[in-house]
Amino acid sequence: MITFDAVYKSFGDNVAVSDVSFQAHDREILVLLGPSGCGKTTTLKMINRLIEPDAGLLAIDGKDITQEQPEMLRRRIGYVMQHAGLFPHNNVEENIAVVPGLLGWDKQRTRQRTEILLEKLHLPAEILKRYPHELSGGQQQRVGIARALVADTPVLLMDEPFGALDNITKSNIHAEFKALDELKQKTIVMVTHDIEEAFDLADRICLMKEGRIVQAGTPKEMLYAPVNDFVRQFFNRSRLLLEHKVVLLEDVRRFLPHPEMVLQALGLPWNTSVWAALEKLNAAATSPDHYDQLVQAFSAFRKTQVSQ
Amino acid sequence: MKQQSFWAFIIDQHEKLLTQTLQHLGLTFLALLLAVAIGVPAGIGIARRRKWAPLFLGVAGILQTIPSIALLGFMIPVFGIGATPAIVALFIYALLPVVRNTYTGLTGTDPAVIEAARALGMSKRQMLFKVEIPLAMPVIVAGIRTATVINIGVATLASFVAAGGLGEFIFGGISLNNTNMILAGAIPAALLAILLDTGIEWIQKQNYRTFRRLLFALPVLVAIVFLTVLAFRSTAPRLRAGFTPEFMGRQDGDLGLRSVYGLDMQATVVSDAIMYKAVYENELDVISGYSTDGRIKAFDLAVLEDDKHIFPPYFAAPVVKTATLQKFPGLEDALNLLAGKINDSVMTELNYRTDYLQEVPEKVAKDFLVSRGLYKAPVNGRAGTIRIGSKIFGEQYILAEMYKMLIEGHTNYKADTKTGLGGTKICFDALTNDAIDFYPEYTGTGLLVLLQPSPDVVAQVSKSPEQTYAYVDSTFRKNYGIQWLKPIGFNNTYALMMRAGQSGALHIQTISQLKSYLEQE
Repeated sequence: MITFDAVYKSFGDNVAVSDVSFQAHDREILVLLGPSGCGKTTTLKMINRLIEPDAGLLAIDGKDITQEQPEMLRRRIGYVMQHAGLFPHNNVEENIAVVPGLLGWDKQRTRQRTEILLEKLHLPAEILKRYPHELSGGQQQRVGIARALVADTPVLLMDEPFGALDNITKSNIHAEFKALDELKQKTIVMVTHDIEEAFDLADRICLMKEGRIVQAGTPKEMLYAPVNDFVRQFFNRSRLLLEHKVVLLEDVRRFLPHPEMVLQALGLPWNTSVWAALEKLNAAATSPDHYDQLVQAFSAFRKTQVSQ
Repeated sequence: MKQQSFWAFIIDQHEKLLTQTLQHLGLTFLALLLAVAIGVPAGIGIARRRKWAPLFLGVAGILQTIPSIALLGFMIPVFGIGATPAIVALFIYALLPVVRNTYTGLTGTDPAVIEAARALGMSKRQMLFKVEIPLAMPVIVAGIRTATVINIGVATLASFVAAGGLGEFIFGGISLNNTNMILAGAIPAALLAILLDTGIEWIQKQNYRTFRRLLFALPVLVAIVFLTVLAFRSTAPRLRAGFTPEFMGRQDGDLGLRSVYGLDMQATVVSDAIMYKAVYENELDVISGYSTDGRIKAFDLAVLEDDKHIFPPYFAAPVVKTATLQKFPGLEDALNLLAGKINDSVMTELNYRTDYLQEVPEKVAKDFLVSRGLYKAPVNGRAGTIRIGSKIFGEQYILAEMYKMLIEGHTNYKADTKTGLGGTKICFDALTNDAIDFYPEYTGTGLLVLLQPSPDVVAQVSKSPEQTYAYVDSTFRKNYGIQWLKPIGFNNTYALMMRAGQSGALHIQTISQLKSYLEQE
């Protein structure tokens, strides 16, 4: 668990982070979201002391991080950056082995761990001897993730990890990322300015503006219980899509005329999003009635939320 | 005498060539090694503390702009002569490219990569050795490459401070009018530069892994060069001799000492500009000087008697094209105003004033002309410009100034001095190519360096100064359309000299006594 308590940071006269307090819980993905210059990256980089706060307390599992040597702290925290940040003079194998090297692992252990990660990240073994400039952007990003995961740290920080990828690559990698069992046990803090990405990946979102947290909560709370107009307007542009993504079948269940039939036709569990269900029904095109019923049920559910 | 072919020269001199090439490489590598050992950490230092960078790079840049000969001159009082001042000077030239490229390479590293290194938990030291230096390596190697090429070039000047190298051939060849000798020095120097440049370029293109392996080969390479240089250094003789490149190759020089006296001094080659000071400061014991040089008096040197007469006395006189004398009527009369006016002791006195009392040649020249009633204020004539050449030593500067004043005071011409021409060959080529109109030359040099007749002819015509003068004048007129005007009066000749104190203590007054002293056990 990561705890921020009244953290401040300025660069000269420029206040980057002001009175930020929040918690990132174990086994959750917390997304720091906001327009550029809102202080989200500064917030992230204070967790592994790439940036030192001016005031306030920052703790991991209740321990003040300033009590530990920064290098030692960082070796216990995985870090993924926007442009992968791979070392151009090292090949993929050497890049992945950096932290194990710092931690003094033996070669056998590093090799075994690397092989496991390559498989999980769908990277071919022959890539190990290649240099970063010989890889595609998507491959570089996967290697960057492998490097951050190799030491199996309990905390993972991600700074715009998919920002350099095109949208198709991005949605594929999102799905893969969500499915990675490696991530299930970790506390993950991710920075992004991409609202859809935040909704695809986040358990909770911290929406920031001008160095402050405006609202922290689940994606659904962001849409249906915004604390002010800024939050409401921030999500307006893709609101319909986002709502379809955060509303689950179980939410609309009571508005369906024959819930069990729809579920049977779908072959999906109740915690599937309406968006995924509609996509599947649309692709199958065998039961247009179910598709319409689901759309109507979603509309009915939506009315109950908006009127609240 | 017909000059031998280039290949014949190379085959004849291959031992010397090999020694000089190895000395050249040795000097270059040692200086480079120093520059890398000091420059790379310095570059790292200023990349860490960037506010020091402008100061440090500025100082290194200023050092870089000091002309190489001048820098070598500054080195002598501190480091004496030999390899040390040469290596220090080369080190200073190599330092800037190494420091600057290290700094540029380190500060140019992609900030994202640096951030990644920090975020992964590398310490400053680990970042430096695992990330920053490897990434900056191509740029650092480029700096070493630049420094290497600079050093190969500057190392040719090492011969001025008796440090050897291919400059011995190059500057010897210029002094002795021997094109083969110049080429035998210049071509290997150029080849070395090209070879090292391409070699290092290849290294630069290797990836870091190969580079690390090459790094292990470096100390081995340096050790080999160092040992070779040591192996070629002869054991210190009882008396340390330093001769000018010109003296080394002349019949009335080292060749004559060997053939007539049977004396092999194992001399190092040293420029005449620093030779006197070196013997005075006990860096050398025996030097080849000029008999009229003011520094003989200034540094209290003793001239050894040439008891077997291998240094015939030579007249100094202006050499000028007959066509030039016709083009500028009255010029000959003006130049001849000085004829017979300066004897040996006067010339020595005048040289003493410039060489030791540090008076400027213009003043010395004017004082002399005024005292002899020859000085006239310039008439600022516009009838044409006469260009006067001079070689690169004090006496010639004084003579050139005197001629300038005589021409401008006694004729309607203007005079321009082109002083400091680097040797007999350069002066003479300038004269034949009409780059200058005349310069003061010595009959012996005309005979032995420019005409190079057979030994029989030399023996015959060098019996007296007058005979030498008559021979060179008639042959120059015939071969080049150049004539020797009336002699100025003094004889300048080569002479071996020692510190007076040492000469007295060892009872060496003649060259024969020098030989027998050296042959004692």
